[in-house]
Amino acid sequence: MLTKEQIAQRIAKEVKDGYYVNLGIGIPTLVANYVPQGIDVEFQSENGVLGMGPFPFDGEEDADVINAGKQTITTLPGASFFDSSMSFGMIRGQHVDLTILGAMEVAENGDIANWKIPGKMVKGMGGAMDLVASAENIIVAMMHTNRAGASKLLKRCSLPLTGVNCITKVVTNMAVMDVTDKGFVLLERAPGVSVGDIKAATEGNLIVEGEVPEMVI
Amino acid sequence: MINRTVSSVEEALEGVKSGMTFMVGGFGLSGIPENSIAQLVKTGITDLTCISNNAGVDDFGLGLLLQGNQIKKMISSYVGENDEFERQMLSGELEVDLIPQGTLAERCRAAQAGIPAFFTPAGYGTEVAEGKEVRDFNGKPHILEHAFQADFAFVKAWKGDEAGNLIFKGTARNFNPVMAGAATITVAEVEELVPAGELDPNQIHIPGIFVKRIFQGAKYEKRIEQRTVRQKA
Repeated sequence: MLTKEQIAQRIAKEVKDGYYVNLGIGIPTLVANYVPQGIDVEFQSENGVLGMGPFPFDGEEDADVINAGKQTITTLPGASFFDSSMSFGMIRGQHVDLTILGAMEVAENGDIANWKIPGKMVKGMGGAMDLVASAENIIVAMMHTNRAGASKLLKRCSLPLTGVNCITKVVTNMAVMDVTDKGFVLLERAPGVSVGDIKAATEGNLIVEGEVPEMVI
Repeated sequence: MINRTVSSVEEALEGVKSGMTFMVGGFGLSGIPENSIAQLVKTGITDLTCISNNAGVDDFGLGLLLQGNQIKKMISSYVGENDEFERQMLSGELEVDLIPQGTLAERCRAAQAGIPAFFTPAGYGTEVAEGKEVRDFNGKPHILEHAFQADFAFVKAWKGDEAGNLIFKGTARNFNPVMAGAATITVAEVEELVPAGELDPNQIHIPGIFVKRIFQGAKYEKRIEQRTVRQKA
């Protein structure tokens, strides 16, 4: 099984030269640490910055320069700041090439739930609904099962939806899958995880075609 | 030059009343109108509806208005990090309308720009779309969202001049430019207020026409919500 860092490491291989990328909070934020050398990408944060850099050095943090997780950040050469409407214009207008976000549940038809647990957690959707409704290339980073061992890759989401029919790829601690019209297509297994393990941990329709290679991280 | 300056925060907030709807700029605690919020607390007005991306933290930002039970309804996209907020919401004291962040921004911008409503794909197929008109454009479903209507917009900029022109800094820009001019009266507070002519017109982010009253904030705490740093190697 992969650690959260390894999930981020595997997703980083999906980031291509010339991409503008929006990273969600949690595992997606870690992806920035693993983008290979020689690949030029710019990270967008929906609160209004393109060209986000690493955290500032101790003592150099600026209350006026934060990311969508409200963490202090720096900017890289070529960076720009803009207002919230323009930021979501970039997202809605499909100028952002890749969106990576976390999820509580993903369904075999590409539905995603990640913003609300009725009666328990109501923090809001932030920019997630705008992102999933408009982005064409969305990768979900998540754990395959919940703490009780129940699958988070379902036939239908049980939690309130964030978006419908929008997720194209899921990378979990167990597997890499494409989400197609027919269901989850298994592409890669985590080291030491069998196809049988993945099948047992996936409630939604899992399509296995031929040999499924082990992930290379 | 039309002079937009007011001499004090008291004068800037003249006319605020219980039951009004306010837009409040900022993302998290970054770029919030600290001085206007502090003055709103002092006025003691209640039953407010606040349109703001977040609700501050327990003891800062809009959290200060929540402490005094001055807010009746919040319209936001994300309201984590505030225990008092959660308590008031779960007990039913506080009405909360959660809407997608891009929709929140665009409903402000639409109000600023005189556009009554617009279609967006955000929220289609979710509870956000309940009761809203759905229409397909280019084969994709969109939902109808309306411009906000607000009595006051409280925005915060880095620099401003007597004419009400505003320049923002970093990600403290966020919702402030789209709320300016989106309410009946826009109050801008700035860290530095300069005479007209001192700011380069090429560098103005928001023209003074969108700002009714401008003043220099007495002080700025500029609290950091998540201080994240790395160590020098």
